[in-house]
Amino acid sequence: MAPRHLMRLDLIFKDEHDVAPLVRQTLARGRDDIVNELIASGLKGRGGAGFPTGLKWKLTADAPGDEKYVICNADEGEPGTFKDREILMRVPEKVLAGMAVCAKVIGARQGFIYLRGEYRFLRAQLQQVIDGFHAVLDEAGLPFRIEIFMGSGAYICGEESALFESMEGQRGEPRNKPPYPTQCGFRNAPTVINNVETLAHTYSIFKYGAEKFRDLGVQDSRGSKVFSVSGDTPVPGIYELEFGMTLQRFVEDFGDGDTKAVQVGGASGFCVPRKRFERTIIGYQGKLTGTSLPTGGSMMLFNSSRSMYNVLHNYLEFFVEESCGQCTPCRVGTQQLLRGIEGVKRGELSSATLDALLDLAETMRLTAKCGLGQSVANSFASIVENFREEMIY
Amino acid sequence: MPHTVNCQIDHLSVNIQPGATILEAARSIHIQIPTLCYHSDLCVAGNCRLCMVEQVGADRLLPACATPVTEGMEILTNSQKVRHARKVMLELLMSEHRSDCTHCYKNGRCELQNLASEYLVQDGRFIDLVPFKNYTIDDLSPSIIKDDAKCIRCQRCVRTCAEIQAVSALAVAHKGAEMKISTFFDLPMAEVVCTNCGQCVTHCPTGALVEKNYIDAVWQAMDDDARHVVVQTAPAVRIALGEALGLEPGQIVTGKMVAALRRLGFDSVLDTDFSADLTIIEEGHELLQRLREVIRDKNPQVKLPMTTSCSPGWIKFLEHLYPDLLPHLSTAKSPQQMFGALAKTYYARRIGMDAKNMVSVSVMPCTAKKFEAARPEMCASGFRDVDYVLTTRELAMMIRQAGIDFLSLPDDEFDSIMGQSSGAGVIFGATGGVMEAALRTVYEVVTGREVPFDGLNIVPVRGLEQVKEAALTISSPLPEWGFLDGVTLKTCVVHGLAGAREVMKKVADGSCDYHFIEIMACPGGCLGGGGQPMPVSDHVREMRARAIYRDDAGKAIRKSHENPDVVKLYEDFLKEPLGHLSHQLLHTHYVARKRY
Amino acid sequence: MNGLRELVSALAQKHGTRRESLLPILQGIQAHEHYLSDDAMVEVARALDLSTAQVYGTATFYSFLVTRPQGRHVIRLCRTITCVMHGKNQLLKELETLLKVRVGETTADGLFTLLETNCLGQCHQGPAILIDDEPYTRLTPERIRVIVAEYQQKAALESENSGLINS
Repeated sequence: MAPRHLMRLDLIFKDEHDVAPLVRQTLARGRDDIVNELIASGLKGRGGAGFPTGLKWKLTADAPGDEKYVICNADEGEPGTFKDREILMRVPEKVLAGMAVCAKVIGARQGFIYLRGEYRFLRAQLQQVIDGFHAVLDEAGLPFRIEIFMGSGAYICGEESALFESMEGQRGEPRNKPPYPTQCGFRNAPTVINNVETLAHTYSIFKYGAEKFRDLGVQDSRGSKVFSVSGDTPVPGIYELEFGMTLQRFVEDFGDGDTKAVQVGGASGFCVPRKRFERTIIGYQGKLTGTSLPTGGSMMLFNSSRSMYNVLHNYLEFFVEESCGQCTPCRVGTQQLLRGIEGVKRGELSSATLDALLDLAETMRLTAKCGLGQSVANSFASIVENFREEMIY
Repeated sequence: MPHTVNCQIDHLSVNIQPGATILEAARSIHIQIPTLCYHSDLCVAGNCRLCMVEQVGADRLLPACATPVTEGMEILTNSQKVRHARKVMLELLMSEHRSDCTHCYKNGRCELQNLASEYLVQDGRFIDLVPFKNYTIDDLSPSIIKDDAKCIRCQRCVRTCAEIQAVSALAVAHKGAEMKISTFFDLPMAEVVCTNCGQCVTHCPTGALVEKNYIDAVWQAMDDDARHVVVQTAPAVRIALGEALGLEPGQIVTGKMVAALRRLGFDSVLDTDFSADLTIIEEGHELLQRLREVIRDKNPQVKLPMTTSCSPGWIKFLEHLYPDLLPHLSTAKSPQQMFGALAKTYYARRIGMDAKNMVSVSVMPCTAKKFEAARPEMCASGFRDVDYVLTTRELAMMIRQAGIDFLSLPDDEFDSIMGQSSGAGVIFGATGGVMEAALRTVYEVVTGREVPFDGLNIVPVRGLEQVKEAALTISSPLPEWGFLDGVTLKTCVVHGLAGAREVMKKVADGSCDYHFIEIMACPGGCLGGGGQPMPVSDHVREMRARAIYRDDAGKAIRKSHENPDVVKLYEDFLKEPLGHLSHQLLHTHYVARKRY
Repeated sequence: MNGLRELVSALAQKHGTRRESLLPILQGIQAHEHYLSDDAMVEVARALDLSTAQVYGTATFYSFLVTRPQGRHVIRLCRTITCVMHGKNQLLKELETLLKVRVGETTADGLFTLLETNCLGQCHQGPAILIDDEPYTRLTPERIRVIVAEYQQKAALESENSGLINS
């Protein structure tokens, strides 16, 4: 089904049968040429953090070391996100192409796809595609091999340094940063780790040129983005849309006419209430109070029949379980937030407790070791501040 | 690369080597940043988040322990933002922690409690999570009690067990709210590969891991007039006890310790240093016997290198991990157990006491000694040879309980018969000490001359380096030892089980040609034992080691075989080293245990 | 036990004996044995020169690795809010009634273990479950009855066949 206002782009999902020639052609280009085009495109990481992809490749290429790795992060665990699964099912060769070009740029001989345990059913098909792709690489003369590494059910392994730990046979506990993966990643070697969608976008950029990509989007948010749309919507699914739309336009196209809030970016993202739809732009810059929101692409719509308390409770249960448990603010803070809103809801704790919990969430944001603990405050604060009465009554 | 990095901490300029952390930079200018998961012995974890500091211009706070300083960095360690975060971290930790401080063994000596007091953490704003947890206490080990309700998940124990000891009996298990420090399948510590070394105890900031204490049992024994309570004190106790009673590290308090033990009510105050000298005689002769059988008799049954057997943590380590290598262990009991066996036989007879009315107590720098004393083999006297083992920390507690002003005590001397020692017995407390003591005796037995080192100080085996090697060539031996002429005796000294593991791998695959290896389970040897006062660091261990070597240097007698009490013991009782009685009382055997 | 040792050594041969091989080996054991027994973890520790506590600690981090016996098929029901909004709780009730177990339990015949899990990445077609590796989406109580019945029939057929072979 086509949205009414927003243009459905389908660059990534466009069926293209010219992967092999394009890979050969791109691999024949100079490293600097490739990196410069990527930088010029303005592509930023589509996992949610939004680090400029070209710069990441360049930093890793420049890092000292003989051993380097390319890793495709397919540990898509953010509640409400399913775009990477769709990309890997429908256009896996584009992702592999992105990995191969990256390998050439940084000088990696080995790449991995870290596939979450929940997506094991994709493995056999993906392996077949990889085997076929290796033949393309051999033809192109690039000594690069891609392996699948299976996850085993841990949301936190989507955090890049936790993912390295997991691949090294450890508990998936995030590392201290610095050093960053571009200097010290998998096996302590310089590593590019990119989200599935990011790698697929590089393919479009190499195919259509940086300018085409840059023409899409606004300001610092260039290109298109694949959104996972779910919740109270008549048209749930995957949509590739131009960056920079207002949430109002989005809700007009995807809402059921009664949308009261949209959770942008999953459990670790922000909840935007109806009154802010018009002012909120989907992009990287700024925060909830500002005008634009970063996202890995999860868009959950809630209509007025839904209790935002239940939504927040569901997210907090998720964090209590999926925190790796190593750092104090995340391990204990998530438990306190969950028990706290339960106490308030039952009337055992005063509504002023919510202010103390907001303060705790902010402290977690300031002190937690990794993005998981830091981002709990996003959903917590945006739901509690906008739907305070639902937390109490 | 610049030679130094300049930054500002609390508006003070710091100039420090590149790679230094904010914590190190702050400490270098005497600014204290509170820490819990940080320990100078261990790799940086950065998980307690207590040491968070503010970088001017940055939104999020930085962990001082894990963040390297960069040029021009401006750090605030005492801003409103920082103080608030620290307090929240403490309150969060305490909400998961059973804060029954007045009932806690670590009351008054707990790092968490100290910080809570410093930051005025009062009745918290957070929900007490303890009732929601199924916390358990494991007190089945004779050495260590693990109380999960006191654990703050700093992982110091886990890192200690992995990095210092290479045992990893403890690991982090589960995740999220369920995350905990666990043995394999959460089995009791007594049923897993734990060596009872107690390094986890000395590195635990709270009451989650503590020694099993026998203070009340010892008071009870002393209160019973029908009982004659004998106490022995290990070499490393006298150079560390002062730390638990208000002195700086590195003070020798032997005289005050003896006086305090008498005041506490021990009937005989004796010295493990005496049996350390005895150990040298037995173990030294065992080494010579093995050398004779291997070099002269070419007996393939006899194993070299021989390793020392004084450290019960090391013994249990070998029993678990390398049971095939047990024949390399000297059969000589540890000084504690030699003492115990003699206390209820030789000593009882000398003082005219029925052994069944005797209670034998030891004060040890060690938690594994509690396990050792409870081993079924350790009943050579017909009774349990050592009834109760106290750590240095427990003794300090008893001294405080008794209201003794330790620092004002006059110096006192050990009782006779089993109270004299040589400098060789004293240095047992330091890594390399057993080797040095053994070489002083063995060389002289073989050649009739003193060991060829200036002032008898065998410096190559001293110091805190993890693995030390020394070689000593024997020339012109006495006729009886002719087969050793020209033989270079190769020795190795290791402390910490991580190092022991590396050396034993070499022994197993035959890639080393040592004759004699000294292994102590704890870093620094017994002076860094799991029963010693806290806190511990390389600096503290260094100070203790210096005290030990000072003590040795000041002794009139420096060689075990010249200890008059030992000489008399052989004349009156044992007759000869490795003789019949020795075998019965002073030597033991070992058991293979499951590796997993 | 001997079978386990062979299984572990085959997996170690395939994946290597470095620490890095730990997850693939544990996954391999679980695929074969349905869970990680203490004996299995002892064998892994031996093969990789780790302590058993390290193996246990790593295994318990991952929710798809389990250290208690499980049924032949594991049903994982997604509990993310979007699945809840589309009938996850009705589905759960149906499954509990149908299988006569609660979440976390295994059916008396050992055929199914029922678990809840975090986001399965099927949010646009919830409620969703995984049975072993296989996703099932847009479920209703009616559909789940059919699916469960299919697994039961297949299992009955298999045991009949093996009975025939044995007799």
